[in-house]
Amino acid sequence: MANGTAAAHVNDVDFYHYEGKHKGIMSWLLTTDHKRIGIMYLAAIVVFFLAAMMLGVLMRIEALTPGQTIMKPQTYNSIFTFHGVIMIFLFIIPAVPAVFGNFFLPIQLGAKDVSFPRLNLFSWYLYMAGGLIALLSLFTGGGAADTGWTFYVPYSIRSSANVSLSVFGAFVLGFSSIVTGLNFITTIHRMRAPGMSWFRMPLFAWALYATSWIQVLATPVIGITLFLIVLERAFGIGVFDPALGGDPLLYQHMFWIYSHPAVYIMILPAMGVVSEIIPTFAKKDIFGYKQIALSSLAIALIGYLVWGHHMFTSGMSDTSRVVFSLLTFLVAIPTGVKVFNWVATLYKGSIEIKVPLLFVMAFIFIFSIGGLTGLVQGALATDIHLTDTYFIVGHFHYVMFGGMGTIFFAALHYWFPKMFGKTYNEKVAIISATLFVIGFNMFYFTMFILGYLGMPRRYYDYLPQYQGLHVFSSIGAFIMVTGIVLMFGNLLRGLIKGEKATANPWGGTTLEWRIASPPPLENFDEIPVVTGGPYVHDRETYIMNPIKVIHKEEEAVH
Amino acid sequence: MSDEVIESVALHPTSHATGHVHRDDEASKMGMWLFLFTELLLFGGMFLLYAGYRFLYPDGFKAAALEMNSFIGAVNTIILLTSSLSIALSIAALQKEQKKLSIALLVFTLFCGLAFLVNKYFEWSHEIHNGIYPKGPALENMSEGEILYFGLYYTMTGLHGLHVIVGMIFIGVVLAFVVKNKISSTNYTRLENAGLYWHLVDIIWIFLFPLFYLIH
Repeated sequence: MANGTAAAHVNDVDFYHYEGKHKGIMSWLLTTDHKRIGIMYLAAIVVFFLAAMMLGVLMRIEALTPGQTIMKPQTYNSIFTFHGVIMIFLFIIPAVPAVFGNFFLPIQLGAKDVSFPRLNLFSWYLYMAGGLIALLSLFTGGGAADTGWTFYVPYSIRSSANVSLSVFGAFVLGFSSIVTGLNFITTIHRMRAPGMSWFRMPLFAWALYATSWIQVLATPVIGITLFLIVLERAFGIGVFDPALGGDPLLYQHMFWIYSHPAVYIMILPAMGVVSEIIPTFAKKDIFGYKQIALSSLAIALIGYLVWGHHMFTSGMSDTSRVVFSLLTFLVAIPTGVKVFNWVATLYKGSIEIKVPLLFVMAFIFIFSIGGLTGLVQGALATDIHLTDTYFIVGHFHYVMFGGMGTIFFAALHYWFPKMFGKTYNEKVAIISATLFVIGFNMFYFTMFILGYLGMPRRYYDYLPQYQGLHVFSSIGAFIMVTGIVLMFGNLLRGLIKGEKATANPWGGTTLEWRIASPPPLENFDEIPVVTGGPYVHDRETYIMNPIKVIHKEEEAVH
Repeated sequence: MSDEVIESVALHPTSHATGHVHRDDEASKMGMWLFLFTELLLFGGMFLLYAGYRFLYPDGFKAAALEMNSFIGAVNTIILLTSSLSIALSIAALQKEQKKLSIALLVFTLFCGLAFLVNKYFEWSHEIHNGIYPKGPALENMSEGEILYFGLYYTMTGLHGLHVIVGMIFIGVVLAFVVKNKISSTNYTRLENAGLYWHLVDIIWIFLFPLFYLIH
């Protein structure tokens, strides 16, 4: 190997301390290292998340009393719009793939980087540009958009707020998402280490694979749809403007053709993380590996065909409503396959309860409630009553935030020692996780009841009889936020003062646990050879540094 | 361990330290195809709208299509098809180490792209001159179907024109690489990718042409 010595040399230091051509901040801004890009995504995403969380807190304060509490109706409209836009486009969609996918996908595949490292950096810049454009729209033109994150026409055409700029921000973010997806698909096809067949890939990689296909195949549709809104506002081309003959329903169709599959962009990578964490802490091979892997693809496929369930009350024929309703129920099957396999993996395992597993168990509980309430809305008759009420708000926070958000925290706690080479305080982490789960359920479960009683979503005002439940929900929100703040504080403290982490603190079996914490610059001195599945606990399934091993064998023979 | 395994180990990826960038032609082509999928879906959304509105307003669409000059459309179709041929030939020429011919064919392709845009410019300005543009004096008095037809016409051909420009920039960059020998008979994936992109621009036009000019 010609550059074997050079490679060994760069791997003497971890990737934080190796500075190539550029020093200081530029060594980050111009890096093509997938790990540094992952960390940069993490920093940006956490900032956006905390900002949107504070917007959520403001909404809960507003909801403490009927009528005006702290803000005017127009402000409330802008706040829920931006809470949604930031959470969806800047946090939930990119969080797991862009942070943990970037950091761990190449390592788990036994590669030194993704297929297109420069494109990877480019997608981070697109992400930042999209985020900044969205922020800019708050302070320019007619002020912050007030349409809700769905930008439904004709309101988004007529609104005097600065809709064009925030829509354009979402367009740029979509482009970033496409580039990441394209990069991951190619990486998974081309960069797997020798011996890593498709069915030896970690399930996180499988989940990212399914996700990436959705990103590539669905995002362009929202791209063109949002682009048309900008054109509509600028020139009045008429395609979505009912005054000129355009059909607003077509907008809704095209919006949800992307935005429903996007729901699976959000949840599939999180399911992949669950499939990593459970075998590690159950100390046993995953149950039903192939079923879990293929159910990711099944979810991606069926997820394409169910968008109409967002439009049951918008005006569709009965036939299409029944068909969409049926297809919606079908998604529950591959999802159920996953949940049962996870639980079966835990069965008779040597379970070690650590913070990541606690989050995962909270996830299974919360996500099941979210999934089942989803079926309530998938059924036509009940949906008519519940649509556009707090029930919907409760449901999608259960599946999105309780699903993907909880797993984002689980992944942070699981991979924190590997990413930063530090440990955090376990006890504080358990307390924060408990506060989070209790607060979460008080907060959002109350919304199911409120919605059932008829409280509409997106209203800043309400009838006095709802006040008790609103206050209870807000208290839950404050408990949950306390838990989250404590959690990030604990992680930050671990980052600064934490003890040094070992290479494999949990006894994980995938490749990232076979290298130092934090990983060396090029991940591996030599590309490993894979001889077995990803979750085998009782024997060795990787040959690390195969060339060195061969040399030693040869020396032994002589 | 087999020798094959060892060999594939030795051939593997990028080194950050040495600046040696690992080359995987297969991967770059795959990336390009995935990108083309996204482009197809981008236009797919527009075609969906076209289908929906054509179904809603068959008479308006018919009336509007009669105003189009199918001669210019046909000329443009011929120009684009020829340019697709010339870029394909340019790849073949490079593979046979005929660099000069390859460069000439690329320049010809660029020339065709430019000719297409010039035609498009005259076509658009003719219509705009007649007041047929969104919120224009003539279009405002037409039926809803015609308004939508021209809204879609400007959006779709405009977006396509944008892709022609991007494709020309792509080809221009690749052309510079061929001149500097950075793209050669042993390393021509980027040229092939430019070709793929150009064919996409072509094939989208092949659908736009009948939809806007030929169906009455």
